[in-house]
Amino acid sequence: MNNRSDFDVAAGFTCPVPLQHYPNVLLAHGSGGRLTHQLIEQLFLPSFPNEHLAPLHDGALVTMNGVRLAFSTDSYVINPVFFPGGDIGELAVNGTVNDLAMCGARPLFLSAGMIIEEGFPMEDLVRVVRSMQSAALRAHVQIVTGDTKVVDRGKGDKIFLATSGIGLVPDGLNISPKAATPGDVIIVSGPIAVHGIAIMSVREGLEFETQIESDTAPLNSLVEAMLATQGTIHVLRDPTRGGVASVLNEIAQSAKVGISIAEERIPIPDEVRGACEILGLDPLYVANEGKLLAFVARADADKILQAMKEHPLGGQAAIIGEVVDEHAGTVVLKTSIGGSRILDMLSGEQLPRIC
Amino acid sequence: MRFIDEYRDKALARRYIEQIAQVTTRKWTLMEICGGQTHTIVKYGIESLLPREINLVHGPGCPVCVTPLAMIDKAIAIASRDDVIFTSFGDMLRVPGSKRDLLSVKASGGDVRMVYSPLDAVKIAQQHPEKRVVFFAVGFETTAPANALAVWQAHQLGLRNFSILCSHVLVPPAIEAILSSPANRVQGFLAAGHVCAVMGYEEYLPLAEKYHVPIVVTGFEPLDILHGTYLAIRQLEEGRIEVENQYSRAVRREGNVAAQNLMRKVFEVSDRHWRGIGNIPGSGFRVREEFSAFDAEKIFNDVATIEVQESPECIAGLVLQGINKPHECGAFGTTCTPEHPLGAPMVSTEGACAAYFRYKREPTTERVNV
Repeated sequence: MNNRSDFDVAAGFTCPVPLQHYPNVLLAHGSGGRLTHQLIEQLFLPSFPNEHLAPLHDGALVTMNGVRLAFSTDSYVINPVFFPGGDIGELAVNGTVNDLAMCGARPLFLSAGMIIEEGFPMEDLVRVVRSMQSAALRAHVQIVTGDTKVVDRGKGDKIFLATSGIGLVPDGLNISPKAATPGDVIIVSGPIAVHGIAIMSVREGLEFETQIESDTAPLNSLVEAMLATQGTIHVLRDPTRGGVASVLNEIAQSAKVGISIAEERIPIPDEVRGACEILGLDPLYVANEGKLLAFVARADADKILQAMKEHPLGGQAAIIGEVVDEHAGTVVLKTSIGGSRILDMLSGEQLPRIC
Repeated sequence: MRFIDEYRDKALARRYIEQIAQVTTRKWTLMEICGGQTHTIVKYGIESLLPREINLVHGPGCPVCVTPLAMIDKAIAIASRDDVIFTSFGDMLRVPGSKRDLLSVKASGGDVRMVYSPLDAVKIAQQHPEKRVVFFAVGFETTAPANALAVWQAHQLGLRNFSILCSHVLVPPAIEAILSSPANRVQGFLAAGHVCAVMGYEEYLPLAEKYHVPIVVTGFEPLDILHGTYLAIRQLEEGRIEVENQYSRAVRREGNVAAQNLMRKVFEVSDRHWRGIGNIPGSGFRVREEFSAFDAEKIFNDVATIEVQESPECIAGLVLQGINKPHECGAFGTTCTPEHPLGAPMVSTEGACAAYFRYKREPTTERVNV
C-alpha cells in the first residue's frame, strides 16, 4: 500500500474534457432549473422578443381596449396519470388557474388540448375529464375550447394535456417578479415539497407510514383573500418545478435584489423530510402544487399573513425570509445550525446521491 | 424527525463551536474524507462557524469524482448497446466521459435507468431475460457489500444476464497516498463513518501511528462533524495521536463482519486508477475470477481496450488531495460549472467543486482561504 513512487503530485492531476454543448435535449432541459433557463434565455426569448414575454412571469399581461388581461399556458405530462391526492386532469386545470392567479388575475376561461396514446383506457379518459370538470367548477373557470389528438401506441405516454387560460387583472395591480423590493417580507402559503414527494413515492414504489398526498389546489380564492386586505403585494409565484429554491433565485435575479431565507422557518412536513432523507433529495428543490410564495410590503405582512391563515389553503402560512439590499441576484440561506450558505438554482435534474 | 433532528440541534451546535474555539490555540488543517461529509459541511455552512485557525480540506471520498474517465467511457460504450439495460446510481449519470455522459446516451435512445439499489438491477435482470442488465458498481467500502450481495444473489438465482461494471475504491490506501505525498499538509483526518460501519477502524491504527496523525471516525450530521472536529483538534492540541470513534452509534471496532465476508467472497483487492489522482496500488476491488460471469468488463471484452488520456485543464487532483480549494482553480465557476463540468468534482453534489459552487461562491467565501 505504501508505494510513494506511484503517487507523484508533481506529475499533474488531470481532468476530463468539457461537455460544452448538448446535441440532444435532455430531461434536465425541462426540469425548471438552469438548463430550462438557458433554453428560455438563449432560444425562446431571442426568438420572440416582445414586452409581454420579456418579464418571464407565470403569465403574460396584455391590455386590450383598456382591459387588462393575464394569459398563460402550461402542459402536463405527469407519470403516473393518477396519483395520491389528484390526477393529471385536476393538475392541468389548477396549474393554469394558478399561473393566472400569480399575475393577480381572476381566472375566467381555459382551453384544453389533449394528446392521447392509442390504447389509453376510455374509462381512464372519462376519469380525467370528470376531474377537469370538478376542478374547473371549484376554481370558477370555464373550459371554453379544446382539441384532441391521438398518437400511435408507443409514441406518447398515456395522455398529455395542455391548458391555456385568460383572466382579468384588476386596475392598479402590478404584481411581477421584477417588483420585489428590499424590505419585502416573504411568505409561503403552507408546507412545501409535498406534491413532488407524493409523485416520487408512487413512482419509486416507496411506502411510508402515512401516505403523502399531492397538495394540488386552485389558488385563486387564496389570492383574492390576500388582495382583499388592500395590503401591498409585490410578487406572487407558485413554486412548481424546480421548487422554492429555483423560484426564489428567479425572483432575486429578475428584480436584482438579495433574498435571505431562514431554513428553520420553512414548513416541511416530517414525512416529506423523511422521504427526502431516504431519497437523497433537498425539499427546497422539490416541486409544489397548490402553494404560493408572496413578497409583500413589510408594513402589510401581518394582515396579509392573517388573511392567508384564515383561508383553508393558507392555514400553515409562514414568513420564511426577506428581501435585502446586499448580495443582489443571490439567495442566502441561514442554516438550521446558524451557518449561512448560498441557495442556488437547481442544476440539471435533482439526482439522488450514491451514499 | 427523530434520530435526525437531534443531530441538527442549534443550541448543541453552538456549544460544540464554543468548545472548539476554546481548545484551538493555533492553525490546524483537517481533512474530511467523505463526500457526504463535505456536503454536510457546505450545506450547513459549518466552515462559517468554525474558528479561523481551523482549515477543513475536502478529501477524495466522492466515488463519482474518483471513478476514472476510461471507466465512464466503458460504461457509456456498454450502455449504448441495443441489447443492454444499463443501471446506475443517480449521480453517476451526469459524470462527463471523454465525449458525453450517460444521460446523453439515454437521450439518444439507450436504455439507461437510475436505481436506488443494485438489488433493483438484479430484479430488472429477472424481468428482462431478453436483455443484458449491467449495474455500474462504483463507490467505497460503503456500497461494496450491497454490490457483492447483488452478484451473490444473481449467482444464486442462476441469472445469466446480470453483471456489474466494477470500479470500487478503498479508503485507507488513499489516506496513505495523501500522507506519503511530499506536498501533504493534512494534520488530522475525519474518517468516513459509513465506511467504518462496514470495515471497522482497526485498519486505521497503523496509519495513525506511522504518519502521526489523529484519525476520528466521524458521522455525517452537522453535530457529528462538529464533534469529530472537536475530538481531532483536542488530540492535536494535546499532542495525542489516536484513532477515536465519534460515530459510535453506528461503528464498532471490528465493523460488520458479515458484510466483510460477503465482500471478500465476491471481490479481491486490486490496484485502481483514481480520476485526477492516478494509480494507487491495492486501492480497489475487482470481481474474483470465480464470479467472472458477472463481470461486465469480461463479458463486454471489447471495452477492455478503452483507454483515454485525461486533459490537463483542471486542478481536480489537487483539490481531491486537499492541496487546493475549488475556488482557487482558474476555471471554477467560469468555464467549469455544474452544467459544463471540466472535472468530476463539479458533477456530484458530493464533489468539493460542486458543493462550493452551489453553496459558497459568495458572499460567504471570504474565510475559505488557507
